[in-house]
Amino acid sequence: MQSSQALLDVEGLRVAFTSRGNRVVAVRGVSLSVNAGEAVAIVGESGSGKSTFARTLVGLLPAHSSKIEAGTIRFAGQTYRPEQFKTLRGGKIAMIFQDPLSYLNPIMQIGKQIAESVIRHDPAANPRDRVPQLLEQVRLPTAVAQSYPHELSGGMRQRVLIAIALGCKPRLLVADEPTTALDVTTQEEILDLINAIRRELDMALLLITHDLSVVAAVTERVNVMLRGEIIERGSTQDTLRTPQHLYTRGLIRAARGEKDERGRFITVDQTLIPVN
Amino acid sequence: MSGKNRTPPSPILELRNVSKIYNRGGIPNRAVDGVSLKISAGETVALVGESGSGKTSVSRIALGLVRPDEGEVLLHGQSLLTMDKQTLRRKRLAMQPVFQDSGAAFNPRRTIQQILDQALDANPIQVADRYKRKVELLDSVRLSPGDDYLRRFPHELSGGQRQRLAIARAVAAGPELIVADEPLSGADVTIRGQVLNLLIDLQLSNQLGYLFVTHDIAIARAFAHRVVVMYKGRIVEEGPAEEVVGNPRHDYTKRLVASAFRFVDAA
Repeated sequence: MQSSQALLDVEGLRVAFTSRGNRVVAVRGVSLSVNAGEAVAIVGESGSGKSTFARTLVGLLPAHSSKIEAGTIRFAGQTYRPEQFKTLRGGKIAMIFQDPLSYLNPIMQIGKQIAESVIRHDPAANPRDRVPQLLEQVRLPTAVAQSYPHELSGGMRQRVLIAIALGCKPRLLVADEPTTALDVTTQEEILDLINAIRRELDMALLLITHDLSVVAAVTERVNVMLRGEIIERGSTQDTLRTPQHLYTRGLIRAARGEKDERGRFITVDQTLIPVN
Repeated sequence: MSGKNRTPPSPILELRNVSKIYNRGGIPNRAVDGVSLKISAGETVALVGESGSGKTSVSRIALGLVRPDEGEVLLHGQSLLTMDKQTLRRKRLAMQPVFQDSGAAFNPRRTIQQILDQALDANPIQVADRYKRKVELLDSVRLSPGDDYLRRFPHELSGGQRQRLAIARAVAAGPELIVADEPLSGADVTIRGQVLNLLIDLQLSNQLGYLFVTHDIAIARAFAHRVVVMYKGRIVEEGPAEEVVGNPRHDYTKRLVASAFRFVDAA
């Protein structure tokens, strides 16, 4: 790992869930780093543990049913133990999600919701200046400040969520399936926006997705996750061009809609593929 | 292969110059604007477009669930629009839906057995051995052994299994045409292959026609015989799947193709 210059350096993260007495390990000793200003993807399917990993970084796991069993985070040179992870949220690592509507207050105007995040992370800031600035940064008309969430389209809501995240001035943005619920053309706009903002603010990005076309559009490095472990990692271009792991190869062929010699669509049985 | 090169016989369903107008704040909005479409036995037509393009309205018109304001909907040449309610209800069983969110498509208090019974009740052809038929149906969508699943509830299934149950239910009603509206959009790519292979098998054994509504043009190319692209209520491009995707003419189709095959280019 390039720990010397890494902004985020996660070491041996292990997360388990307990439900009705059953213990399920969702993240099995995952190490991963993101350099300052870099865009890194975690790609995997449902159940791979990718979202759990992302939520762990910002202390957003359900308190009663989950446990961070091992792991440390180094962020900008400082070391955090599991019980301190939540202090990273906001000012250091901000997060956006697949369904922005569930993260917005339905009865509060957009401008107030953005102002909340601005003030929480910098009590001295003047939201009258910052809110229009942030809206401009996400390419929304400043009049949106007076709107309510239900009045906006899905793409606009995601822009609002990005504005709220930027309000905390994070050095790393964690985006969990940020475009999955959007139309293809809106997806493109949001990805372009994330790319542009990243460069403007020199902000790093950790993108969590199942969609290889999104990985290709935005990131420089990719980590492939299967059943709680990273089974392949490398530069996005090399990994997509010459995948090494059986699972990655299957994932790429399936995503392209490729068929086998019998004219059947390629399927990958996740449960049958060995991790190593 | 999925039988791509057969010449289609006379259509099961035909939409002729169909329009649907909704009033949005007093302003008429042509959600569907002069759409014509034919689907034959054994044929898969992919209807591609984004939300607001009118593709879902077209699928609901095709199912006989929404009445168009203009145009004609013909099932084997017979108009659905002039039928009385009872006849329509009977006739439209020939078109069965499979929806995007299979979690919401089932009554959560019914067992799989009861769900399939209801669909078999609707089938104009009644089978002698119901139990055997139900097990067969479940086996055919790879929920096997079928008798193990009959007493379970939909919530006990995974997303992919639920989607396969939705297909089994549709087939149980004895349709000629299945209208699938974004049946894969929540699914992992590995599940996608399973569902598509299943649909191909069912098509070959039952000569089913498919109207496959999707925003994923890569899947449309690989799965459908013909692709129809909708944009703002109108059909902007249509033709054989390879042709439309391989050589898109309309700007909107070009954009769809470019973003769908982004990572293929990168590789």
